[in-house]
Amino acid sequence: MAAEMEPPPLGNAGETDFRELEDGEDLFVSTVTTLEYPEPSSPEPASLPAEDISINSNGPKQKDVSFDDDPEDLFAEATEEVSLDSPEREPILSDGPSPAITPVTPTTMLTPRMDLGAADMFERSLDEIEEDNNGDTFDIHIAVSDPEKVGDGMNAYMGYKVTTKTSMTIFNKNETTVRRRFSDFLGLHSKLASKYLHIGYIVPPAPEKSIVGMTKVKVGKEDLSSAEFVEKRRSALERYLMRTVKHPVLLKDPDVIMFLESSELPRAVSTQALSGAGILRMVNKAADAVNKMTIKMNESDAWFEEKHQQFENLDLQLRKLHASVESLVCHRKELSVNTASFAKSAAMLGNSEDHTALSRALSQLAEVEEKIDRLHQDQAYADFYLFSELLGDYVRLITAVKSVFDQRMKTWSKWQDTQLLLQKKRESEAKLQFANKPDKLQQAKDEIKEVRSTLEGKVEQGEKDFELISKTIRKEVSRFEKERVKDFKAVIIKYLESLVQTQQQLIKYWEAFLPEAKAIA
Amino acid sequence: MMPRAVNVDLQTDATLQVDISDALSERDKVKFTVHTKSTLPNFKQNEFSVVRQHEEFIWLHDSFVENEEYAGYIIPPAPPRPDFDASREKLQKLGEGEGSMTKEEFTKMKQELEAEYLAIFKKTVAMHEVFLCRVAAHPVLRKDLNFHVFLEYNQDLSVRGKNKREKMEDFFKNVVKSADGVLVAGVKDVDDFFEHEKTFLLEYHNRVKDASAKSDRMIRSHKSAADDINRIASTLYTLGTQDSTDVCKFFLKVSELFEKTRKIEARVAADEDLKLADLLKYYLRESQAAKDLLYRRGRALVDYENANKALDKARAKNKDVLQAETSQQVCCQKFEKISESAKQELIDFKTRRVAAFRKNLVELAELELKHAKGNLQLLQSCLGVLKGDT
Repeated sequence: MAAEMEPPPLGNAGETDFRELEDGEDLFVSTVTTLEYPEPSSPEPASLPAEDISINSNGPKQKDVSFDDDPEDLFAEATEEVSLDSPEREPILSDGPSPAITPVTPTTMLTPRMDLGAADMFERSLDEIEEDNNGDTFDIHIAVSDPEKVGDGMNAYMGYKVTTKTSMTIFNKNETTVRRRFSDFLGLHSKLASKYLHIGYIVPPAPEKSIVGMTKVKVGKEDLSSAEFVEKRRSALERYLMRTVKHPVLLKDPDVIMFLESSELPRAVSTQALSGAGILRMVNKAADAVNKMTIKMNESDAWFEEKHQQFENLDLQLRKLHASVESLVCHRKELSVNTASFAKSAAMLGNSEDHTALSRALSQLAEVEEKIDRLHQDQAYADFYLFSELLGDYVRLITAVKSVFDQRMKTWSKWQDTQLLLQKKRESEAKLQFANKPDKLQQAKDEIKEVRSTLEGKVEQGEKDFELISKTIRKEVSRFEKERVKDFKAVIIKYLESLVQTQQQLIKYWEAFLPEAKAIA
Repeated sequence: MMPRAVNVDLQTDATLQVDISDALSERDKVKFTVHTKSTLPNFKQNEFSVVRQHEEFIWLHDSFVENEEYAGYIIPPAPPRPDFDASREKLQKLGEGEGSMTKEEFTKMKQELEAEYLAIFKKTVAMHEVFLCRVAAHPVLRKDLNFHVFLEYNQDLSVRGKNKREKMEDFFKNVVKSADGVLVAGVKDVDDFFEHEKTFLLEYHNRVKDASAKSDRMIRSHKSAADDINRIASTLYTLGTQDSTDVCKFFLKVSELFEKTRKIEARVAADEDLKLADLLKYYLRESQAAKDLLYRRGRALVDYENANKALDKARAKNKDVLQAETSQQVCCQKFEKISESAKQELIDFKTRRVAAFRKNLVELAELELKHAKGNLQLLQSCLGVLKGDT
């Protein structure tokens, strides 16, 4: 649809929903001037993202990054990116704008726009930031450990140790340890989402809050279920951080680096569910949902249509699978409990049996069943942490993917609205030409012309934003799919290996028991 | 006294062999075809068959219990009533829910429920057969007239089920019996053998009951887990067919794997049910029958001791002495007769029990091993393919 470019119609400047675009621009206006960016014009209703950014304002701005308009770049890195951990990265790192990656046949969507020459030299696209790691290979390992309860009563919280081990130069040290609490993680995600979601980056979602789980911990309930809850959360936080840093752009985000390195972090109050910001978040979510229903986008790009459907299907099936696996975990735990109970009962039976050899065999049976019970427990653990949690993570990730698709729709909608507005202003301008009020005419004409030309700029920007987000999404989806394939393959293999181990143990136990049974005489 | 080598198979004696050769499930009735082969002169033919229903088995069992002559024997426990209710309910629910699932899912579930129905059916046939075989193997019970009628009379025995009044009578009889049983059990036995057996059986019976219940629960969880794996396999298959990336191969292969492993898991649960749970259930019933024998002996002992006391009293008063003497003699004979056969019965019970446990535990271990090895082989071969792919 960007290809259907009409000459910009006349129109007045107006205030449409520039909210998100503006925020993004704020962040990326770098020291290098860009010719494309309209100035941040009118004040917006303060939205959550704006708030968060202001909290973050002490952090360093993104290092000279801005959107690049170089048409050559558009599809050069579109899909066939080399994976982040492969050693082949080295030769690709270059300073120039076009890395040596096999280009994917671009779709018909965009017509190359005229580029701006000089600007190229100073601007580096986010694409390049991805490739250029200052010579680093992707080598970072984050561990979340040592959960410790801090404080008492309802104000208590769980603190976690976050250890980052890396050889990458974007970090100050090779190994850093900091302490963070759960709301810090939520705060990090919130910042990243506000910075990157609306331009099409798939920001990994943070682990979910759990009022029930946390209350138990706060209240000091030291039982098995709260220990399990803490472990589940610790593991989820670790996975969250690793996913975030695996993203080449997010890895270099100053908020991420600060999160991993700085010893003190400003408390992220706006993440609390019942805070003002929290309520605003809910309101915005509702508004978004309504908007989604009303936006009817003319999808001219079959790729997006197809992908959207694919993700819908994937979402459905993953949820189903997740539910089944959770049920399996539950039943295996039940099986373990019942096996232990039967083992005790068999031992008692063996005790009361007065035939010596049979008595001994029954005691042996009880021992075997006890061992099998532990086996079931271990297997349930594997079922959960390997399989179930992965599925849960991906169900949430796909929600993030879907929201990125929605952002694209919003961007398109904004662009279209601006175009409509421009059209109206042009009409008004044309009308003025033929009006019969000579004294006011010139002033009015000048005003309208100015508004119209601003609008024209905005329309251009709107189109560019749309093209950019579409391009980014294609890349992101490709990266996401690669990660997904890798993750699932790795987990499936690990899970099968755990099943193999269980069977091998079972064989050992029953082979030991068989002669005992045969010995009954 | 030589312990009779009663083979667990109970089919060795050529003079009388009984089995259930066929069975038919009709709505809420099961019709068993009881087939007999015998060289005994009592029967008109050497080989013949009749059709019997569950109520007729119960009638036969009860006739043994009520026969005073058999007071000194462990009466083989009656087979439990065939219960297809749960299975039928599931099949009905499946039929109602047909619209809400895919054709493959429906066919799969139907097959499983039918297999379950068949398994329950086979079990009930086996339990009725075991009862008959136990009777046929018993040196005294096999000569019972009612038993021969049961085996040979090819018309309906017209055994009606107990009506309400009779059921109430039974209920009260049981209450009285339990109360009496407690009284009788409290009497210390002079004979060490029986004293030991009393203590042993009481504890053993309770523990078998507990083990039986716990094994049932364990096996149910096992079945639930197998069902989950079934659903996982289906969803993985759908994922595999939908996915456009590499990983679709993984999904399809693992789906195939899980289809096979869950069948094995279901078999494991079924075998545990047969070899472990059923064994425990059977010895729950047999140990109750043994307890009943001890009760009858205990009752006879109390009667004997009371008769002794009465005799002493009569002699002291010199009144009705003859009557008391006869009464005492009758009680004494009854008690001694029961004691003699009871001892042998209890020894045989132990032999049978040990043999049955041995057979079933060995078979259980062998089957568990077979299935675990099968599972392992499937898992390893799938892993090999998947690892080779990446």
